[in-house]
Formats: sequence, structure tokens, C-alpha cells
Amino acid sequence: MSAPPRSLVNSGRILVVGGIISYRALFNWLSPWILIPSFLVGPLAQILLFAYLGRSAGVASDEFYVIGNALQYAAIPCLFAMSSTIGDEREEKTLGIILSTPAPRVPLFLGRALPVILNGFLVAVFALVVGGLMFSIDVPPSAYTPILLATLVASFSCTGLGFVCAALALRVRETAVLANVVFGFLLVFCGANIPVDLLPDWMAAVSPWLPLTHGIEAARQLADGAALGDVGDLLLKEAGVGAAFLVIGMLMLAYFEWESRRRATLETF
Amino acid sequence: MSAAAVPRALAIGYWMHLKMLATSAFNGFLAIIWPLFFATIAFLVYGLTGDDRTLLYASIGASVMGVWSAVSTSGSATVQRERRQGTLELLVAAPVPIAWVLLPITTAMATVGLYSMAATLLWGWLLFGIDVTIAHPLQFAVSVPVTVLAIGMLGFLLSVTVVRYRTAWALGNAFELPVWLVSGFLVPISILPEWVRPISWVLAPTWGVRAIRESALGGQPLPDLLACLGLGVGYLLIGVVCAESVLRSARQNASLALS
Repeated sequence: MSAPPRSLVNSGRILVVGGIISYRALFNWLSPWILIPSFLVGPLAQILLFAYLGRSAGVASDEFYVIGNALQYAAIPCLFAMSSTIGDEREEKTLGIILSTPAPRVPLFLGRALPVILNGFLVAVFALVVGGLMFSIDVPPSAYTPILLATLVASFSCTGLGFVCAALALRVRETAVLANVVFGFLLVFCGANIPVDLLPDWMAAVSPWLPLTHGIEAARQLADGAALGDVGDLLLKEAGVGAAFLVIGMLMLAYFEWESRRRATLETF
Repeated sequence: MSAAAVPRALAIGYWMHLKMLATSAFNGFLAIIWPLFFATIAFLVYGLTGDDRTLLYASIGASVMGVWSAVSTSGSATVQRERRQGTLELLVAAPVPIAWVLLPITTAMATVGLYSMAATLLWGWLLFGIDVTIAHPLQFAVSVPVTVLAIGMLGFLLSVTVVRYRTAWALGNAFELPVWLVSGFLVPISILPEWVRPISWVLAPTWGVRAIRESALGGQPLPDLLACLGLGVGYLLIGVVCAESVLRSARQNASLALS
């Protein structure tokens, strides 16, 4: 059996090792004693806020808000980390060095997404478990694994949108503001807190084209006893939306990189 | 520093920070739009109930959310930014006590939150038809600045910890939503668990938003207003007393320059 081509090995190393190093660098500035609680307190606070809002208005059940907000909060690491991978490199003047290397761009940027997907997934799972315990939500044990799968697909999908934010970080300086705004749009539009069919028509029309919408819906149906096969189409749509955003993000990255070189703005901050 | 120079230091610090904050279009945009996302959800959810009074309740509460957001997240981040840029040591070395340096920062932040307050009320009126008629305009005009000042004082207390602990700025983010919830901005405190209520009593925003609601809806805002003011003064006193000892600790641990 012959060894894999050298270029493939290099790409694999860039994907895995490069991704891990980039992720460590991304969060190295913050003590884990602060970082980890930030990821854990945030989603619980959001769940509590909206679950009590829902109770006050009597619109939907606690389960609706716990699942919606737990999965939606995966957007925090997915959006912020992806935009920071480009924005922070640009601010630290290391982006030019990275882009001047012969490293192929696809594994270079995809590698940065893998730890982010895992991060988003873990944050959402934590929020689901603790939020579920806080509000005593009854989910059949047979649904645990399928819900985890739905959460993973939603995290992937949201990271696809994160790629678009990362590309925009080549043009805008305030990446945190950008990620906050995108997060806010998802919060309103993806059905985390208002059933999509109760949204105004124009908002409901936008909703299916965004990450998380189908993933949240799938997780809710699974928690209500649906089988994995019943929500297969929702998960496929969720993955499709994520893949579409990922491709758009990669194309935008390529275009903005080319334009940054042409206009010599790669390191301006 | 003479006592007569304190008001001048506070006024100049306040004005300077207000101008600095006003130069960042991105931050200004976020300060306005961020609470609008949450307000929109509250309006949509309460809109489904068909109860206009509930919508009005949410609209007034939502308008104060931006004031707290501006103070809790941006206020503590501003002190951290001074540390990163190496200017925190200069501020500490200045003859003006650190408390009088921090206080204008957080009150300027709270003032910026007024943009968000106006924007949220306008948003509710334009898109959701929530008509906020002010029953007691004079009391409303007093309640709003008192609430803003008291929230600024709470931010001041928070920012004192950032001087000592370089990671304490994250507390600002962590407290943003819990204070919205516990202070009853969107949800009546009566539906929260019993043990939460004492926490809400020691938070000035709780009384501030109640005073604003009472003055807008035609109730008696004075007791709430006095409670809000009293707590604000309390935060100020605690912050001033703690600031010097916190600063001494930061000097002993050489944490001023650590970013």
C-alpha cells in the first residue's frame, strides 16, 4: 500500500494542527476560569430570561424555550470565534504572514472551523442539559442521541455563517459588533423564541434560509417523541443551509483576500 | 486634590468620555440595536396575548435594558481597554482619585444608553403601535435621569473590581441578562422564584424601571424613585470606599499593567 501523497498529508496537518493552534491562540488571551463560565452562564441566563417571558405571556412551554435558546446559543462561539480567527490575526499583523504561505486555503480555513463547531456543540449541549434540569423538562431517553446529532448539525450550520462573518472581517474592524448583530438576527428570526408560523409573514419567509431554524425545529420534534427518520429532512435542510453559507464564506474570503492584496489593506486596522 | 476641584474633574471626565463614545459609530449602532433584538422578541411574544397594557409594560421595561447593557458590558470593557492601551497606570498616577476617574466613565456610558431608550420606545411605537402616553410628564422627566444615574453608579461599583482584577470585565457580560430578568424589565418579578426577590430589591434598576412605569402609567413613582436614588448613593459610597483599597491591592500585586 503506497503512502498518501505529500500534499495530502500537508493539507491534513494544516487542517488539524493548524486548527488547534489557531483555536488555542484565539482563547489564550482569556483565563479559562473566566472563559468557561462565560460560555456556561450566558446560555443559562438567556434560557431563564425567555422561559420566564414565555411563562408571563403564556405563549409556549418551558421546553420550547430551553431547546430553542440552548441551540441558538451555539451561535456565540460559532460566530465570534470564526470572525476573530481572521479579525484578530489582522489586528495582530499576522494575517499577512499566514496568507503569504503556500498553504492551501481550504484546509487552512476549514481547520479553524472544526474546534469552533465542537465548542458550539458543547456549549449547546451543556445548556440543554442544565436548562432541562432547571425547568424539569421530560425528554425520552431514546431522544438523547438524535438531539445531540441535531445540535451538532446546527453547530456546523452556524459555523458556515461564521465563515461569512470571518470573510467580512477582512473588510470591517469591529468583528465583535458584526457577530453581535448577526447573533441578534438569529435570535429573532430562527424560531428560538417565537414559533416560526407565528412570526410576521416576511420574517417567516426569511427564517428557513438561516442556520439553526431547521435544527431547532428538529430538536423540538425529537424531544416530543419523533424518530430520527421523521426529522431527517429538517436535518438535511439545516446541513444544506450551513454548507451553502460555508461555500459563500469561502468565496468571499478568496475575493476579499484578493482585493486586500490589490488595495494593500490586509494589515490596515 | 481640593474638594472644589472634584466637580470640575467629574464634569470634564464625563464630557470627554461622552465625546469619545460618540466617535465610535459601530459601538453606538450596537448600543441601539442590541436591546432592540430582545425588545422585538418581547413585543412579538406579548403581542400574541393581545393585551395592550402588557405590551406597554414591556415597552417601558425594554427601553431601560439598553441603559444597563451600555453600562454593564461597555463600562467594564472601557476600563480594560485603558489597561490594554497602557493608560490605566497614568490614570492611577494622576492626582485625581481613581473613583472620580471611573465615575464619569460609567455615567457617560449610561447616558449613551439613553439613545437606546429613545430608540426602543420609537421602535415599539412605529412597528408595533405601542403608544406610550406619559401620565405624569414631570415625574417621568425626573425618573429617567435618576434611573440612568443610579445604573451608572452600579456600573461604577462593577468597574472598581476591573481595576484590581484584569479578567473582571467579563463580569459585565455575565450580569447583562440576569439583571434584565431580576430587575423586572420584561417579566414581572412576582413570577420569579421567591429567593430571587431580595436580589431584585438591592438592584437600583428594579426601582428605577418601576418609577418610570409608574410615572408613565399614572401611579405613584416617588417611593420607587427614592429607593432608586438611595441605592445609587449607596453604590457610590461603597465604590469610593473600596476604590482606594482595591487600588492599593492592584499596586501591591502589580496587576495594573497586566492585560
